[in-house]
Amino acid sequence: MTPFDEMRLGGQARDPYEDYQSWFDRQDAKRLKQKAGDAERVFRRTGITFAVYGDQEAAERLIPFDIVPRIISGKEWRRLVQGIEQRVQALNAFLEDIYHRQEILRAGRIPREIISGNEAFLPEMIGVKPPGGVYTHITGVDIVRTGEDDFFVLEDNARTPSGVSYMLENRETMMQLFPELFQQVKVRPVENYPQLLRDSLARVKPELCEGKPTIAVLTPGSFNSAYFEHAFLADQMGVELVEGSDLRVVDGHVAMRTTQGYRRIDVLYRRIDDDYLDPLTFRPDSVLGVPGIMDVYRAGKITIANAPGTGICDDKAIYSYMPEIVEFYTGRKAILPNVPTWRCSEPDSLAYVLEHLDELVVKEVHGSGGYGMLVGPAASKKERAAFAKKLKARPKNYIAQPTLSLSTCPILTSKGLAPRHVDLRPFVLVSDRIRIVPGGLTRVALKKGSLVVNSSQGGGTKDTWVLDD
Amino acid sequence: MLLGRSANGLYWMARYIERAENMARLVDTGLRLALTQTSASSDEWASVLTSAGVRDLFEQGNDAFDTATVTNFLLRDTANPSSVLSSIDTARMNARMVRTALTRETWESVNEAWMAMHRMLKRRVDEQDLPAVLDAVKRETALIRGAFQGTMLRNEIFDFAQMGTMIERADNTSRILDVKYYVLLPSAAWVGSPLDNIQWQTILRSVSALRSYRWTHEGDFNPANIADYLILNRRMPRSLAFCYRHICDSLDYLADEYGVRQRCNEMADAKFEKLKTAAVSDIFDEGLHEFLSDFIRDNAALGNQIATDFRFY
Repeated sequence: MTPFDEMRLGGQARDPYEDYQSWFDRQDAKRLKQKAGDAERVFRRTGITFAVYGDQEAAERLIPFDIVPRIISGKEWRRLVQGIEQRVQALNAFLEDIYHRQEILRAGRIPREIISGNEAFLPEMIGVKPPGGVYTHITGVDIVRTGEDDFFVLEDNARTPSGVSYMLENRETMMQLFPELFQQVKVRPVENYPQLLRDSLARVKPELCEGKPTIAVLTPGSFNSAYFEHAFLADQMGVELVEGSDLRVVDGHVAMRTTQGYRRIDVLYRRIDDDYLDPLTFRPDSVLGVPGIMDVYRAGKITIANAPGTGICDDKAIYSYMPEIVEFYTGRKAILPNVPTWRCSEPDSLAYVLEHLDELVVKEVHGSGGYGMLVGPAASKKERAAFAKKLKARPKNYIAQPTLSLSTCPILTSKGLAPRHVDLRPFVLVSDRIRIVPGGLTRVALKKGSLVVNSSQGGGTKDTWVLDD
Repeated sequence: MLLGRSANGLYWMARYIERAENMARLVDTGLRLALTQTSASSDEWASVLTSAGVRDLFEQGNDAFDTATVTNFLLRDTANPSSVLSSIDTARMNARMVRTALTRETWESVNEAWMAMHRMLKRRVDEQDLPAVLDAVKRETALIRGAFQGTMLRNEIFDFAQMGTMIERADNTSRILDVKYYVLLPSAAWVGSPLDNIQWQTILRSVSALRSYRWTHEGDFNPANIADYLILNRRMPRSLAFCYRHICDSLDYLADEYGVRQRCNEMADAKFEKLKTAAVSDIFDEGLHEFLSDFIRDNAALGNQIATDFRFY
């Protein structure tokens, strides 16, 4: 079956791509290739790079950027927004619940052990009320599409979703390369994201904080693969970029060491995992965090975004219950469906999955970044047999999903346009309101036929346009 | 408001950019001496290594003081933390850490210099290509300086970087003088010999001051004038007095802005006062070597005091 192509349908441009197509038809192929080269030079010169773990050779690589935009109509977007808002509301209600009364467990809607036995569940957060009641200040919801009206949520990223800097830089680059194109196609802007983020974080400052809060971004340091993004966001928001070694608890507050002494921080946008946040509470060997920050947090004197313990939402076993979770907290069916998911922890499902390995995608429940997964149809017999062994040894560790026929969007290759599979990560900001900038990060598998879009696995990115129609 | 760690990053970024440039200049000087062949070139390379403060390190891994080995060590060897390549790596690493404190132009000039130097120094450089490579290194650092001076707001960020540049530069100039101090010592046997002239010119060349010295002293190469020029002349951009004038400027601005004068202010002021009031004859009376040794030690101590007073760590 040919996958759904978002640009072309039956030899014609789909509605959202009409204006782009007519512009594209007027372009000189050589000039476009040259522009693609220009884009790469822009990225390298400005140092928009990421590090690939386990890749000694290329300590710093560029995420390949494709100059063909991924276009979403205003109508499509409005529907997505409804679904995303509902889902993110449910995620926050769910987190509030599991760290307080655990109604959803009492109601028997999800099994107790996927919470209690989950490493990402933090008992230290039980009974703690985060400032403003917000858990996931920033959420990345990964969405895939299989047809005109068929959108699915593939993953929730509530721990520390990344990629928003690419959304912004991709747009910036496109506007530099093709200014005339933006006059012909009305694209909704995304560049106010940093201001919205700052405003969002300020709205959930600790109740005890008077006046304007001091905000900082906490990075593990310049060797981290996403360091560029940390620095970028701090810069764009006009806040300090701090490391664990800059911070300590002074007089009951978290404070950063400046050239004039320690200064209090009210809101910390942290880009390090829970485990590393506080060596006194979590991993004692962590040097990335701040000793004692959890005490300050419990005392309501700092906002940590995202709240500790939100990572449980990234868990794929929890994901498999999202339809129930959305219904339980919002009283309505999920607007955006999940991808059908088999939990290998259930014997019937496991048997089914083992029998149909050649059709399924199998993922680790705690995995991310495209590591440790099996794409059945693309794997060899030997690979599948090896994976079956792992699966039988630890069934609880895996879920399986049908291999979706992900939609495609063309990329510019040396032979002209060629369809490649894409997904979409919109970024959702939660404070006393929910805000979503119209756009997101479109990741694209650059290899023909490949379904893996992760940048660590050879994926690229595209600018994502939401039309103002 | 500036993080202590950022101040530290700015300071070291600037020091290492300065160091990369000084290293290229030293190699240039060594090369010229090796070409003139009035002295044994191995002696000259040894003294270049001493000026760079890396002679011990060199001897641990190498035994031949020839042009190819020494230039490779000074330009490319990553085991040498002061090589051009190591210096630009460290400079960029620090710049990357503080990139939100830099203007786009400054960051990009550092990043581009880093890319260019890695391209040029990917492989051993042929002796015939050395002059072009050294010029390119100096051009890259000049571009950084231009972007920095031309676009950075004069605030604490600027001051910490400027102090890094000036402390590194003062260290460099005093080391070059110290290594050559025996040439500057008035000794009847040496004065006026051809070797003598070349040595003096070498010193001036290695701080890019040969032409400007001629303007100032009309080509009269004598020890007192050269020492005066490189130590006390406040208009000469690599002299110790010049460096300290800028260090004191920066420290004064910081003291005004922060509303507090600290130990580092006193130390810098005292040093600058001495450079302002001393006559070159006093320095020769004290002993040039003793003067320079003291200076190098105090200069390093000032760097440490700045780190302490402004909470770099």
